[in-house]
Amino acid sequence: MTDTTAHTDDHHSQPKGLARWLFTTNHKEIGTLYLVFSLAMFIVGGAMAMIIRAELFQPGLQLVNPEFFNQMTTMHALVMIFGAVMPAFVGLANWMVPMMIGAPDMALPRMNNWSFWILPFAFLMLLSTLFMPTGAPASGWTLYPPLSLQGGNSFAFVIFAIHLMGISSIMGAINIIATILNMRAPGMTLLRMPLFVWTWLITAFLLIAVMPVLAGAVTMLLTDRFFDTSFFNAAGGGDPVMYQHIFWFFGHPEVYIMILPAFGIISEIIPTFSRKRLFGYTSMVYATASIAFLSFIVWAHHMFTTGMPLGASLFFMYATMIIAVPTGIKIFNWVSTMWRGSMTFETPMLFAIAFVVLFTIGGLSGIMLAIVPADFQYHDTYFVVAHFHYVLVTGAVFAIMAAAYYWLPKWTGNMYDERLGKIHFWWSTISVNVLFFPQHYLGLAGMPRRIPDYSVQFAEFNLISSIGGFAFGIAQLLFVWIVIKCVRGGEKATAQVWDGARGLEWTVPSPAPLHTFDTPPQVDDSVSAHKDQLA
Amino acid sequence: MKRTNELIVGLAMVAVITVITWGVFAVGDNMTPGVTPFSRDVYQLHMVVLSTVTIIGILVFAAMFTSIYLHRKSRGAEAAKFNHSTKAEIIWTVIPIVILVVMAIPATRVLIDMEDTSGADLNIKVTGYQWLWQYEYLEEDIAFYSAIDRDSNAARQIGSGISPREVDNYLLEVDNRLVVPTDTRIRILLTSGDVIHSWWVPDLGWKRDAIPGMVNEAWTLIEEPGVYRGQCAELCGKDHGFMPVVVEAVPPEEYRAWVAEQTGEQTSEQTADAQTESDPEPMDRTALMQHGEDVYDAHCASCHREDGSGMAPAFPALAGSAVVTGELSQHIDVVVNGRPGTAMAAFGQRLDARDIAAALTYTRNAFGNETGDLVQPADVEPLIESRLDESLASTEKPER
Amino acid sequence: MAQGSYYVPHQARWPIVGSVGLFLMVSGFANWMNGTSSAVAGPWLAIAGAATVILMMFGWFADVIRESEGGLYNNKVEASFRQGMIWFIFSEVMFFGAFFGALFYARMFAVPWLGGSGTGAMTNELLYPGFQAAWPTNGPANVGGAFQTVPAFDVPLLNTLILLTSGWTITMAHWALKKMKRGALVFWMLATVALGALFLFYQVEEYIHAYQDLGLTLGSGIYGSTFFMLTGFHGMHVTVGTIMLLVIAFRCMAGHFKPDHHFGFEAVAWYWHFVDVVWLVLFMFVYVI
Ligand code: HEA
Ligand code: HEA
Ligand code: HEC
Ligand code: CUA
Ligand SMILES: [Cu+2]
Repeated sequence: MTDTTAHTDDHHSQPKGLARWLFTTNHKEIGTLYLVFSLAMFIVGGAMAMIIRAELFQPGLQLVNPEFFNQMTTMHALVMIFGAVMPAFVGLANWMVPMMIGAPDMALPRMNNWSFWILPFAFLMLLSTLFMPTGAPASGWTLYPPLSLQGGNSFAFVIFAIHLMGISSIMGAINIIATILNMRAPGMTLLRMPLFVWTWLITAFLLIAVMPVLAGAVTMLLTDRFFDTSFFNAAGGGDPVMYQHIFWFFGHPEVYIMILPAFGIISEIIPTFSRKRLFGYTSMVYATASIAFLSFIVWAHHMFTTGMPLGASLFFMYATMIIAVPTGIKIFNWVSTMWRGSMTFETPMLFAIAFVVLFTIGGLSGIMLAIVPADFQYHDTYFVVAHFHYVLVTGAVFAIMAAAYYWLPKWTGNMYDERLGKIHFWWSTISVNVLFFPQHYLGLAGMPRRIPDYSVQFAEFNLISSIGGFAFGIAQLLFVWIVIKCVRGGEKATAQVWDGARGLEWTVPSPAPLHTFDTPPQVDDSVSAHKDQLA
Repeated sequence: MKRTNELIVGLAMVAVITVITWGVFAVGDNMTPGVTPFSRDVYQLHMVVLSTVTIIGILVFAAMFTSIYLHRKSRGAEAAKFNHSTKAEIIWTVIPIVILVVMAIPATRVLIDMEDTSGADLNIKVTGYQWLWQYEYLEEDIAFYSAIDRDSNAARQIGSGISPREVDNYLLEVDNRLVVPTDTRIRILLTSGDVIHSWWVPDLGWKRDAIPGMVNEAWTLIEEPGVYRGQCAELCGKDHGFMPVVVEAVPPEEYRAWVAEQTGEQTSEQTADAQTESDPEPMDRTALMQHGEDVYDAHCASCHREDGSGMAPAFPALAGSAVVTGELSQHIDVVVNGRPGTAMAAFGQRLDARDIAAALTYTRNAFGNETGDLVQPADVEPLIESRLDESLASTEKPER
Repeated sequence: MAQGSYYVPHQARWPIVGSVGLFLMVSGFANWMNGTSSAVAGPWLAIAGAATVILMMFGWFADVIRESEGGLYNNKVEASFRQGMIWFIFSEVMFFGAFFGALFYARMFAVPWLGGSGTGAMTNELLYPGFQAAWPTNGPANVGGAFQTVPAFDVPLLNTLILLTSGWTITMAHWALKKMKRGALVFWMLATVALGALFLFYQVEEYIHAYQDLGLTLGSGIYGSTFFMLTGFHGMHVTVGTIMLLVIAFRCMAGHFKPDHHFGFEAVAWYWHFVDVVWLVLFMFVYVI
């Protein structure tokens, strides 16, 4: 871990304009590209969600026909997951990981550029299917055959778009792992790394392990549709349920891909605003690793109603329930970090606290879903929809918002507008609960998911949910404005920004110069962000 | 001061959520306890788990908000230095494990009970199609289709002008209900003819997927007579939301009477069928057109619309279609064998020659298609026969 | 000057070329597959895209080779490349894992259930009476018609030996490189390339035989699907590996690589060993058992 000083070919010929962004290899610029792309996709995916909520505003079909509704559901999920949440985390990793470990840049800067620039093309292709005569895919983001095989001409485009996203994710993940394992500054031992870096190391591993499996699954769909294979056709000796096994072998780790970096972010923010070191650093690392390990052996909890053998159901139920233990350790560690701290409540901290509460609600409903006989009733109802929006929206998305507020001053050199930030927080937090909490009741009362119309007994809660949805949507426009305002100017930020902040990224000026740590810093416990007495 | 206000708002919010949760779950809009021994077990399990996690949540949030209240800088709190405690970590690893084990035990017991489908007195095969169900009573020689009822179907169309509130059991009523006896152990065998569906009646306590080419089993024992409603619960395409399941549980005597009535009807129909098989009886124009309209509205209109205008681009219009106005053999072929890989199913499997002939006649003479052709059951019969021979498996490989 | 500092290129033009190429290529494929009237452009788009991607690879690797030979890369940079290659190969392993998973699932669960064992009793009774589980199979509906399998201890065994030998020859090449025996290095490299090509030749033979004489096609039910997808993807990897070996062989001739500095060589050798191991597993589970 010695010679990490950077050498560059052309210090002086930095291109301007579009070329700068097309050709850049700088981790900060690529990070910015990812984050801007992600915000754009969040709005696109959100707009689709608004169409869903508008149609579900009252019983009866008013706005869209059923096929288009299904297209919206499918595209909303694909855009949010692959376009908004995953790129946001990769963008944060690009910006922060090299700065947190004292590296001059990402390990493979050219490939870093490629990872990003595949994405706009992938989404161009995915979104273009909306304008094809047969419409966008309408078989849910899970693309279960045989239904997905009935798709029109857009089908092949969707499959290839997913392949492109996979290539992008895998390359991004390889880069992050190589950076973390290879580019740490002297003294930055593994157990001195900030938790955000740790969670990303493990997430990157998950990505490399499961994105190829998704690629395999959709490739089989493609050949079943176009090249006469019988993977998912029982008449030929295959099995439609086999697709679900392969898909969820990817799908369940995928949901942790969307939450582990969020855990990392929260583990950075809570100590800062509690002015106290993270409680139980080492056990946080082990808990993250255990969650990642367990994520590979629980996939079939999405398939309890497919008629698996009894033994398999029991195994997957027990394995799923065990995840509560390492996740609980994390929650308890965060609460203990706050305990006897000296807390202040700037916007990042508010989002972090809301994350802890609302993610836990989502996690607890997850435990309910894991109970097989009960899942026979919950499965494919709005109870599941409520569960995953609590973990995804108030989990992943809230953590991303928290991260944005936390690091915006470091990125732009300007403080964001704290007053607007607080308004955004309260407005979002209240409306998001109005949006998703009633969906628990809808599910329990028997409303299936993925339906464009429902019987009148579900009318009231859907009305409430839709109102919450619109309010939450408008709140996100405020967020966009806050970000723009902060980029354009504002109170100047200091290098440390938050008085409880620790770690290398806070030792460089704000805004962080284009090149940081050309000469690697020496790291010891006094600089390191986290410290565990065991370590 | 301002910060304290925020805190109070926060606490109040959590309190409100907790109270609402509990209130509403306890009072209404909770899972139904249902009408079978199994559904009650599930309901109890649900309540146990729900209470447990609610208490866990309250405890965790209470600890956190206490800290937020006490250990805030604005109250002059100084940060302590501790960052580790093995004892605490052991405690909060062990306690959750214990809780989980306690929840897993009843869950396992209920599950094992449910999986044992042996000893049934009645076997019903349920086949899902886009977008209706077929019920076959394996012991009784009764078989029929069950699709959404006409009133709901009319009201659900965009711009129908009919308010869902004016329709009884909007989206939850069918033309032919599944009639079953109470206090009888019934085994349900599920499969599908096209894509995956899921058969769900909340009051029975479970849902199970209907998978093409595979048969799933589940059982039920309904204790109270009544009408129990549910829906298809697996996305199966455009009309997934319009595929209700209605079960009518009646006392065994009443059930026997129903069976007698059905088989009586069926036998006469079957003798008619038997006749048609050897020598399909020709029908006259009005009979064909009338019956054709009924068949069309029940089986074809969900895709091709009542007026034959279809829904471009996925569902072609039959009005003016080259196939419908063109050569008859091709037309018969499309309807009997379907178009593999599309939603157009092989109706030769679902309908008999009489129905298909009528539907063909109707479509060739309605919606402005004025071919004047009459299609007789005898024209259709040979194709259906050959089709049955050919298809050992119920799923066809889509070819393209 | 470069030793001791991490090389960070400041502009990269090839990645965006690669993205455009990939985009054109897959749009072309998609269009082609749909086979609709508007699809005439498909093949051309696909070819143009593939050509762009190949151009990008040449350009990109040429840059890297130039920089490497120019001494711009220190050990740290090489360590990054090493990490990159290791994890790339891991991702490939997982990709094959999906298809092996399908094979195992079909053999251990799907087909036996169709034949009535375990939870499949009613499936067999109601839908496929008389169907008995066996492997190989094309399912209860005999999808694709009768077929025969390729015997394992015939050409496949020969191919196994060829690949194993090629693993040995590339190791010999590595030794030669470490000892700086340029002549031996080039010889062993070319031998490896030749073995790779021979393997591919026999593989193509086998496919032709399967299609023409055995009735075994991609459409032969689950057996044909798993057989051709596994061996086909493997074959594609051998093709890519052989091309990479050839490039490395040319570089060896051009005098590239030093005994302590030859990551390009090593990366390709790893890749080749990976392809080799996949074949062994495949030989075992697809042909023998
Ligand atoms: C970020 C995403 C994310 C996360 C983190 C999770 C986390 C969990 N999920 Fe979720 N899930 C999804 C995203 C996510 N899920 C999505 C998208 C779907 C639907 C996909 C689709 O069908 O489209 C889904 C569906 C889903 C199902 C299938 C439901 C169905 O379709 O029938 C199940 C079933 O077991 C499940 C379980 C769990 C569990 C047990 C966890 C656990 O990890 C939660 C652990 C956390 C806690 C338990 C809270 C904190 C712990 C404590 C305070 C300790 C004490 C607690 C106890 C002792 C109980 N999830
Ligand atoms: C990270 C993932 C993610 C995120 C962030 C979201 C965010 C939201 N989701 Fe999504 N959702 C999924 C992942 C996600 N969802 C998945 C995986 C499914 C399952 C799909 C399937 O079944 O296959 C799903 C399904 C799903 C359904 C069920 C559909 C069905 O079963 O038929 C609904 C219904 O309410 C819904 C609503 C919402 C809403 C209102 C938001 C909101 O949080 C969005 C808020 C954001 C904005 C609104 C954008 C910003 C503002 C504007 C664009 C301006 C315009 C605003 C106004 C006009 C008010 N989602
Ligand atoms: C589940 C939806 C669905 C139902 C129900 C349905 N069809 Fe179709 N039908 C389709 C689709 C989709 C096509 C187009 C197939 C294709 O792309 O080639 C089609 C095509 C046809 C065609 C060929 C039209 C042409 O111009 O190519 C005819 C004729 C037809 N259907 C008749 C019927 C009849 C008669 C019934 C009822 C007995 C019926 N359909 C029920 C979906 C349906
Ligand atoms: Cu049938 Cu949904
Ligand atoms: Cu899961």
